[in-house]
Amino acid sequence: MFKLILRNIGARKMRLAMSALAIVLGVAFLSGVLVFSNGLSKTFDGIIQGTTPDGVVRVEGADSFSAGGAGTSAATLPPSVIAKLNALPEVEIAEGNVDGYGMYVVDSDGDLLGGTGAPTLAFNRTDAPNMDGGKILALLDGRWGQGADEIVLDEGSAEKAGYRIGDTVKLLSPAGQVERSATLVGTAEFNQGGTAGATLIIFDTPGAQEVFLGGRDAFTTVGLTAADGVSQAALVAAAQTVLPDGFEAVTGDAVVKESQDSTAAFLDVIKTFLLVFALIAVIVGAFIIVNTFSILVAQRTRESALLRALGASRRQVTRSILAEAFVMAVLATTVGIALGWALARGLAAMFGSVGLDIEGTFLTLSTSTILTSYAVGVLVTLVAALMPARRAGKVSPIAAMRADDVPTKGSLRRRTVIGSAVLVIAATAAVAGLADVGGLPAAAWIGVGAFTSLLTVAVLSPVIGLPVLLVCRSIFGRLFGPSGRLAGENAMRDPRRTGATASALMIGLALVSTIAVMAGSMKASIDKVVDDEFAPDFIAQSVTFAPFSTTVGDQMTKVPGVQTVSRQQMLSVKIDDETDSELIGASDANFDDVSRLKAAAGSVDFGAGKAVVTQERADKEGWKVGDVLTFSFPAGKKITLPVGGIITESVVAFEVNVPIEVVAEAGIQRQDNFLSITLTDGADPGTVQTALDAVTKPIPLVEVNDKEGFAESVRGQVNQLLYMIYGLLALAIIIAVIGIVNTLGLSVLERTREIGLLRAIGMNRRQLRRTITLESVAIAVLGAVLGMALGLIYGVLLQRVLEEDLRVLFIPFGQLAVFGVIAVVVGVLAAVIPAARASRLNVLDAISTE
Amino acid sequence: MSFRSATSSTPEPAAATIAASAIGLTKVYGSGASEVRALDGVTLDLHAGEFTAIMGPSGSGKSTLMHCLAALDTPTSGQVLVGGTDVGRLNDNDLTVLRRTRIGFVFQAFNLIPTLTAEENILLPLSLAGSTPDQQWFDTVIETIGLRSRLGHRPSEMSGGQQQRVACARALVSKPSIIFADEPTGNLDSVSGAEVLAFLRRSVDEFGQTIVMVTHDAVAASHCDRVVFLADGAVVDELSHPSREEILEHITVLQAEVTARAAQRHSADGVLDAGSGA
Repeated sequence: MFKLILRNIGARKMRLAMSALAIVLGVAFLSGVLVFSNGLSKTFDGIIQGTTPDGVVRVEGADSFSAGGAGTSAATLPPSVIAKLNALPEVEIAEGNVDGYGMYVVDSDGDLLGGTGAPTLAFNRTDAPNMDGGKILALLDGRWGQGADEIVLDEGSAEKAGYRIGDTVKLLSPAGQVERSATLVGTAEFNQGGTAGATLIIFDTPGAQEVFLGGRDAFTTVGLTAADGVSQAALVAAAQTVLPDGFEAVTGDAVVKESQDSTAAFLDVIKTFLLVFALIAVIVGAFIIVNTFSILVAQRTRESALLRALGASRRQVTRSILAEAFVMAVLATTVGIALGWALARGLAAMFGSVGLDIEGTFLTLSTSTILTSYAVGVLVTLVAALMPARRAGKVSPIAAMRADDVPTKGSLRRRTVIGSAVLVIAATAAVAGLADVGGLPAAAWIGVGAFTSLLTVAVLSPVIGLPVLLVCRSIFGRLFGPSGRLAGENAMRDPRRTGATASALMIGLALVSTIAVMAGSMKASIDKVVDDEFAPDFIAQSVTFAPFSTTVGDQMTKVPGVQTVSRQQMLSVKIDDETDSELIGASDANFDDVSRLKAAAGSVDFGAGKAVVTQERADKEGWKVGDVLTFSFPAGKKITLPVGGIITESVVAFEVNVPIEVVAEAGIQRQDNFLSITLTDGADPGTVQTALDAVTKPIPLVEVNDKEGFAESVRGQVNQLLYMIYGLLALAIIIAVIGIVNTLGLSVLERTREIGLLRAIGMNRRQLRRTITLESVAIAVLGAVLGMALGLIYGVLLQRVLEEDLRVLFIPFGQLAVFGVIAVVVGVLAAVIPAARASRLNVLDAISTE
Repeated sequence: MSFRSATSSTPEPAAATIAASAIGLTKVYGSGASEVRALDGVTLDLHAGEFTAIMGPSGSGKSTLMHCLAALDTPTSGQVLVGGTDVGRLNDNDLTVLRRTRIGFVFQAFNLIPTLTAEENILLPLSLAGSTPDQQWFDTVIETIGLRSRLGHRPSEMSGGQQQRVACARALVSKPSIIFADEPTGNLDSVSGAEVLAFLRRSVDEFGQTIVMVTHDAVAASHCDRVVFLADGAVVDELSHPSREEILEHITVLQAEVTARAAQRHSADGVLDAGSGA
């Protein structure tokens, strides 16, 4: 029996290779994602581990790695504290660090380097080793800098920005003198390799002190190295005894844990996102396998019957098909894993281009990746081959004697009944989501419904798809005459086959359409919100949402035609006895004039020294006007403020807003995150914008936008997300195309005689190619129609459920039309090879095929 | 002969017109030791308005001859003229047009497209050519095959005999210069076979159609005006309006000669199992 299996695989190399390709791609995507995810984690873990010493002294309540710099404490440590720390017997070395937030490199073309991607870290170089005793930084070229006018950049950034050693580098500071320049004297990187895309600006200690602390001899944090035999805990305990109030000593392990936790949240989003797509690729691949094996089994009816007639049991026939699937799966998975490793590099390059560099040496195949890939590849293939294999076992021995092999086709009734029942369940889940019955978040209920109905519709597609195919047949017949009519007929010939092939494309298009509806609604909602609530004439904000120097606002106030510049700064605080920090807004007294905040209770007056909270938050917390809130800032500073007003929801306000004076009171450096600008009566907006742009010209970080520009920039962010999703879904579509190619190829093979007959009675090559192309288009259109219909339904349902954030429903008909066109193009492309093959068939050979 | 062929495109009395001809037709498969000469310099004229049968033992080259005449196969050397056109000079598109307009086919089995109805199958060559059928002619053909009530049916809903009759109707409806039928009754029971043969006979008698049929069935051949015998790739004999008995007699003689020649060849080659050659 085993010999027969091997022979079968050998005899059907092409067909199996095509279907194996689906597994190869699915597994490649899965293993690629796993390799990439591991590399991503290792890169970050390596950097975190490699940059953390045994112990860290820092401002109390500050989180490490919160590079956003929201509310960086201005508190510093004098050198005397460092001296005291160094005097402790538990401390081997204590090195003072100066970390500067919000500094950026401007590249040689005058554009901001990095920006929205990985952070830019500016700090002083010290000799303190990391917790493993290794160096934190490695100098790659040149030398370390001296003073505020010499810097070292990480190698990647220097290259990206187009700077070479000896060049003058333009820098942007968050505070004080905004523009600086320094000479690049060397390049470096983290000792573990790479920077994960982060930009490093490295000064020596006096240089950093001059730039970030106005020349004061002080430090923001201290790195501690334990003396021999001293544990991290003992080191920290000893250090704590000499620290001033507002500072804490934390073990290196705790810092690593904190950093990993905070990066994990962000990394998990990327990993989950990629894994979902890998899953889609595998599911789509499974459909193709089901299809290929169904066709192979059908074509082998007589052979299976002969085996049965010769005494093979049902189980033996079924098993022989499964064994064939197993051998194929193992081979395909092996190729897939190798391809996945290459794909991971491609992914790394893709993420690298948006500023997330993965160290190439971390992109390795781990044992768990290999095992997972084999398990998924083999299991999915076997499950997919199970149904066709069982069908092969059911062939009666008498079929061997039948002259014409009409594959036994069971009725679709059972499929219809069960499928319809499951559809009802899916619909119930969706309704549960709409009604928000609880148990799961409403959107999750919809998701369950969507997933279930997607699979059910795939199974039901032979039934549901019939009207679509009928329409295709009649349109093709009208437009293309007999070749169109034949194509339409061929597509309907085996509804299961057509349905299963179309399903692969359907899944991809359902997702794309859902996302298109969501994104369209998101953009429409943004427009509406901006329209309703954008009160000032202009808004200036950093593209990274990072704070910038107050000098920008100062200069803008002086621009002719500007009436008011209202400033807002983001702060990270804990309110009352909360354990987690949250971002709140600190707004100046002008803010209530330039914004359209509506008071639901009390009054909105940021000049009155009171907090302003949103209705929703107040309801949640039970706050009333007059209640006193306690804000805990980093470094232990506590400030109490009464609630002065409760406002209705607004995009321009935070949930909790405080007067801007609080910033200084909390010992936090004053910077601005948002500037709202209004004009004097009669001022020309164009002229003023030109003048405002001139102010921000040296600081590419800050953008000035009017209402339309603001909406555009927010829409741009939605688009960016959208393009990335489209790019990944293109992969699912590629697999779907392979499915169509596969099915058509097998169909052509099956119909060789018919093709010979058609050619003999006068069909020319072009007509034959057209027939096959149109059949392919019919399959693709079926997939597109079903997919888009499902996508639309679930897009609309999700918008309904998420109405709070997606206030406006927008159905992007234009985009859907484009998807339809893409489907037709996919159909045409998928037919190229099968059609060429069919048209090359020798008429006589074809017609005399058995 | 080539002179006659060249002028045959102008209308002449039916009996004198050549519908198709083979001139020095040779077809060789393989090369060297495994070389097989399926056709060995066949020269043959097929008269318009005649029902011709090509007969011969298995391996005599009768199918190859028909395939070459019908422009389905390319000869190694020699010339094929269909309605005065030198088939060897045509490219694939011209050949397609030739098959559409000048040639009709009836194969042994699998003659119809399973997805199309009988009527659609019959009209397929015309619709592929983009021409509209002559309704009167279509009606005549349908009446003759007697399947008007089954026009809307698919092949799977018809008997083998009915399917073959539909195939004949399809071959007739485009009024080709010549119809090639490859064992058209080979898969049919005797009653259905007789029906199909009667229909082909009527097409010749009533519509002046030219039909060439490859067969090994003496009964089928006895319906023909002319029977051409092939052996070892060459025309060895022919009969005009023969009876079944005459044909059978000829075949028996032929078979014996072929067997004898084969035995000779085998012994000459020193092949031991000469007896199995027959």
